[in-house]
Amino acid sequence: MIWAAATAPHVEPGFLAQLLVIFLAAALTDNILLTRFLGMCSFLAISRQMKTSIGLGVAVVFVTTCTAGLNYLIHAYVTTPLHIEFLEYIIFIVVIAAFVQLVEMIVERVSPPLYFALGIFLPLITVNCAILGVSLFMINKQGYGFWKSLVFGAGSGLGWMLAIVLMAGIREKIREDKVPEGLRGAGLTLVISGIIALAFIGFSGMIKF
Amino acid sequence: MSLFFIAVGSLCGICGILAILLVIADRHLNDYGTCAITINGGDRKLDVKGGESLLSTLVGESIFIPSACGGRGSCGLCKLKVNAGAPPLLPTEEPHLSKDEAKDNVRLSCQIKVRQDMDIVIPEELFSIRQFRAVVASIRDMTYDIKRIRFELIDPETIDIVPGQYIQLEAPAYAQSPEPVYRAYSIATDPRDTRHIELLIRRVPNGICTTWVFDHLKEGQEVTLNGPYGDFRIQETDADMIFVAGGSGMAPFLSMLAHMHNEESKRRCTYFFGANARRDLFCLEEMAEYEKKLPNFRFVPCLARPDEGDNWDGDTGLVTQVMDKYITDFSDKEAYLCGSPGMIDASIKVLTAKGMPEARVFYDKFA
Repeated sequence: MIWAAATAPHVEPGFLAQLLVIFLAAALTDNILLTRFLGMCSFLAISRQMKTSIGLGVAVVFVTTCTAGLNYLIHAYVTTPLHIEFLEYIIFIVVIAAFVQLVEMIVERVSPPLYFALGIFLPLITVNCAILGVSLFMINKQGYGFWKSLVFGAGSGLGWMLAIVLMAGIREKIREDKVPEGLRGAGLTLVISGIIALAFIGFSGMIKF
Repeated sequence: MSLFFIAVGSLCGICGILAILLVIADRHLNDYGTCAITINGGDRKLDVKGGESLLSTLVGESIFIPSACGGRGSCGLCKLKVNAGAPPLLPTEEPHLSKDEAKDNVRLSCQIKVRQDMDIVIPEELFSIRQFRAVVASIRDMTYDIKRIRFELIDPETIDIVPGQYIQLEAPAYAQSPEPVYRAYSIATDPRDTRHIELLIRRVPNGICTTWVFDHLKEGQEVTLNGPYGDFRIQETDADMIFVAGGSGMAPFLSMLAHMHNEESKRRCTYFFGANARRDLFCLEEMAEYEKKLPNFRFVPCLARPDEGDNWDGDTGLVTQVMDKYITDFSDKEAYLCGSPGMIDASIKVLTAKGMPEARVFYDKFA
C-alpha cells in the first residue's frame, strides 16, 4: 500500500480531462468578452432583449467553433508549412466572412425557421472582433491540436453567449428603474459589465492551465 | 523575394477558392426553381424564377412598384399585400409597417424573397406603370428657377394618366452623381394629350436631378421616365374646390384644369397660388384663359413680399392669410394642395382649424 502510494506517478490528465479544462477556462476564467473585452459593440447593442441575445449568442457559438476548427487547419497545413504566418490576420478574416456567408445560404435553404430566428444575426457576426480574436488566441496557445482548438472555440463562444445573456437578464430587470440621465444606455451597461467581469475574475483561481 | 510570391500567391489562392465556393453555393442553394405568383386573386399569373426579392422579380416582369431607395428597405414605398407564401415578418420591415398593416399581411416587397408560390395583391393602377423612352421636345424658362420641359414619348408611344399623378425622371450618372437617380415630378399635361409629358422643374441648389436638368439636359436628348404614380386626384363629388400651390406645385393643377375644361366642369374652384414676388409668378395668361373658359374658376395669385418695382395691386400675404379673406365657410369644401412640405403643413393646419374635415384635404408633398 505504502509502496503503491509512494510510486503513484504524477501523470498528465487524460485527453478528455484536458479538453474539459480548456473548455471551462475559455468559457469562464478567460472569458473573451469580460476579460478581454472583445465583441463589445454587438454586446452593447443587442443585449437589450433576452430573446435576441440568445439568438445572437447561439450564432456566435456556432461560428466561433467552426471557424476555430477551419482556421486551425489553415494554420497547420497552409500558413505554417509555407512560413506565411504573418498573413494569418487577413486570411482568418476572409475565411470567417466567407464561412458566415456560406452558413447563411445553407441555413436559409435548409431551415427557414432557423434562418428567420438567426439569419439576421449572421452578417452581424462577420464583423464581430471576438470571432477573429478566438482564432488568433488559439494560434498563440502552444500545443493545441485540432480538437483542442475546436473545444477552445466552442468554450469561448459559449462564454460570450453567457456574458450577453447575463447582461440581457440584468438589463431587462432594470428597464423600468429610474437611472440618472447620464448613465442611461451604454454607460450603465459598461458599468454593469465591469462588475460582472470582477465576478468572473473570481473563477480564475479555480482552473489552472 | 520567393516569400513575397508565396505570400501573395497563397492569399490569392485562398480568396479565389472561397469565392468559387460561394459562387457555386449561390448557384445551387439559391435556386428555388419556378414559382407561381398569383396576383389579385387570379387576375394575373406569373411563373418566375425564385431566389430574388419580390420587388426585383416584379420589375423583371415589367410591373413597376414605387420604390425610391432602390430596395434597401429605407423608403417604405414598395408595400404590397402578400396573402400567402411570405416568410415571417422581418426586423427590417417592422419600422415601416403600422400594427394594422402588419396584421393585414402588408409587406415590403424589396425585403422578402420569392422562395415558393405566392399570392399577392397589387393595386390596379400600378399595372399601368411603365418605363418610357422619350425625347425632350422643348425646354422653356417659366421663371428664373423653374423650367417647363416637354417630352415626346417614343416607346411606348402613349400614356394614360389621371390628372394629379406624378412620374419619375431618371437622371443618368454624370459628374455629380456616380449612379442614376430617380426623382418624382407631377405631370402638367392635358390627360387627352397622351403622346406628351410636361414637367415643371424647379432648381434645387445642389440637387442631383435638378442640376442635371438645368445644366446638362438639351432639346432632342433622350431620357427615361417611369410612371404614372400617385393617387392625388380630383374627387368625384360636387363640393367646391380650393387649390393651393406654390412654385413648381403648379404642375398637377395645370393637368387638372385641362381635364376640367375637357369635361366642361361647372364646379366652383378657387386657385390660390403663393409666391414671394412678381418674378416667381408664371402661367398667368394660361390662368386667365381658364378663368374665361371655365364658368366657376378663379385664380388668385398672392405675393408674400412683393418687390418695390413690382407695382403689385393683387393680394399680398401668405396663401393661408389670403385664403381666409376669400372664403368664409370651409366646412363643405375640398382642398387640393401641392408644394413644399412647409407650405402644405401650414395650409393643412389653417384649413382644419377653419373647420375643414381632414379627410377632405388632399395633397402631394414634395420632400
